[in-house]
Amino acid sequence: MLINFFFDVKKAKIPATIREFLMLVEAMDKRLVMYNIDDFYYLSRAALVKDEKYFDRYDRVFGAFFKGIEDMTTALFDGDIPEEWLLLQAEKLFSEEDKAAIEAMGGWEKLMQELRKRLEEQKERHQGGNRWIGTAGTSPFGTGGYNPEGVAIGQRRRRQGRALKVWDRRDYKNYDDNVQIGIRNIQLALRRLREFARVGEDDELDLDETIRNTAHNAGLLDIVMRPERRNRVKVLMFFDVGGSMDDHIRVCEELFSAARTEFKHLEYYYFHNFTYEFMWRDNRRRHEQRTPTWDVINTYPADYKVIFVGDAFMSPYEITYKGGSVEHWNEEPGLLWAQRMLDQWPNAIWLNPRPETRWEHTPSTMIVKEVMANRMFPLSIDGLDRGLRLLTAA
Amino acid sequence: MSEMRFTGTDNYVATEDLMLAVNASITLERPLLVKGEPGTGKTMLAEEVASALGTQLITWHIKSTTKAQHGLYEYDAVSRLRDSQLGDERVKDIRNYIDRGKLWDAFTSDEKVVLLIDEIDKADIEFPNDLLQELDRMEFFVYETGETVKAQVRPIVIITSNNEKELPDAFLRRCFFHYIRFPDPQTMQDIVDVHYPGIKKELVRESMEAFFNMREVPGLKKKPSTSELLDWLKLLMAEDIPPEALRGKDGNKTIPPLYGALLKNEQDVHLFERLIFMARREGR
Repeated sequence: MLINFFFDVKKAKIPATIREFLMLVEAMDKRLVMYNIDDFYYLSRAALVKDEKYFDRYDRVFGAFFKGIEDMTTALFDGDIPEEWLLLQAEKLFSEEDKAAIEAMGGWEKLMQELRKRLEEQKERHQGGNRWIGTAGTSPFGTGGYNPEGVAIGQRRRRQGRALKVWDRRDYKNYDDNVQIGIRNIQLALRRLREFARVGEDDELDLDETIRNTAHNAGLLDIVMRPERRNRVKVLMFFDVGGSMDDHIRVCEELFSAARTEFKHLEYYYFHNFTYEFMWRDNRRRHEQRTPTWDVINTYPADYKVIFVGDAFMSPYEITYKGGSVEHWNEEPGLLWAQRMLDQWPNAIWLNPRPETRWEHTPSTMIVKEVMANRMFPLSIDGLDRGLRLLTAA
Repeated sequence: MSEMRFTGTDNYVATEDLMLAVNASITLERPLLVKGEPGTGKTMLAEEVASALGTQLITWHIKSTTKAQHGLYEYDAVSRLRDSQLGDERVKDIRNYIDRGKLWDAFTSDEKVVLLIDEIDKADIEFPNDLLQELDRMEFFVYETGETVKAQVRPIVIITSNNEKELPDAFLRRCFFHYIRFPDPQTMQDIVDVHYPGIKKELVRESMEAFFNMREVPGLKKKPSTSELLDWLKLLMAEDIPPEALRGKDGNKTIPPLYGALLKNEQDVHLFERLIFMARREGR
């Protein structure tokens, strides 16, 4: 029986191993828990699951197995509105009109009420269309991307008369971050960009050299110190802020904080939409404290690795024409400035928070991609990985 | 040997699942990895387990520069070289220059001790891998003297992590795992009772409400945690703030007094003040 349960756990893609399973069996053998399913639940979870993000999945497997339900999907779809319905399955961004439509419905509170009402009516899964809840529709519900806060409806409607066991409560649902890009994932990806070298202050005893020198010195102590091995990669980051980037603030913040802890030599500047003749370091004082781009180019030597972060989503004129900037009159086209920067730092990539599939429909994105010699990557774990691989190899 | 059992202490509220995880790790003599939001009592757990079982606690605080070797032993070559210049007798025995680490201390103890490896995620990402064998077999080899240090009595190992770095799978496989969830209001009430037995019920109720409301505020960078609630209560008691002050006049929302103890990030404070301000304006 336990073995079947273990296989179910494996089937749910929870990374448990035989070693951990044997640990559980050993614990059972030592009579740690007796005839109490709650205790067994806690024990098996402590032994088999090693990350809270899998707790929710474990709860579901556990619930299904110990209710004697063979097919997990039955358990999932019976009684609850599956969260999956509401996740973005087909990608579709909601336009300003859609957002306005939601506002027109009377704001979020009203929306939630309406949402529950429609849930009562809805019988089956639905995709597209404009009334029912599902994915990729234009109904104000299930938008997923727009206002994801309200999507927790699956849990509000428990069947009545059903005693809730611990695993049925599914307290850990929010920790399941299958699709999300989080700070630690970014950090792990950033580790790729490491160049170890012994530079800087001598702070480590070089034992071999000390012994050798002492021997040469006829036994008189001669201590040799050397610098510790450190990551000396130098990174310069340019962030696009404001306008269309507002939708991607969170992921950019995560990238920034991950980069800050990973790289000792990290410099960063901000720009709006595209690179022009000045940049700034402090967004609150962007109009008073600007740094001419020439100064930036002259300050950081060519061995800096450069990462641009921006959605490259604008009118093509903003890139290719002088005076194209939406904020000021630029004497020289942004494209020229981008070219100058790339001449200075040949090791550069562009990270784009918009999904890769949408790039080819945006002329400005394609122009930037061409300028970057195709070194544009989506700001996802996979894209980050590909981009950094390229930066490391160079 | 497996008679030892942890059932919480007078000043630590342990949930059922936490007790089970601790007991599993004691019985099976495997390390227990504890994760959770900051301020949920991860480090305190080890202290309380030690005091509940009446054993010694050995704490190894991990920093970003800590190496696995530091926990085993360090060979002080410089001192030895210096002594050799001075003709010191001690120099003939290399053992005089081996500084024992925390793991060595824990392994050689005659009785069962609790070894706390605190904030393991602070160290380099390879750090846990370097300790695999040592924690698994509870023994290690000292190259300088050729001896093997082996645990007479396997210590209870509790490891805490703040999730700053992902831990390697091979390491995770060898541990029991427990995630300390943020306490629900009932558990929180128990925790407050344990810490401040004489506190006014009214004050607790109002402050808990304000506290849980604050945790609900969307977009906070750092949500207030248990230890912050306890600090806040202490302040409220010290300043003798009446419970009514926590609730605004005619049930209106108000900024709780001394909220600096709860929100520690400037942006969070701004956000919170703005939200309260907006809520008030709507209420009118």
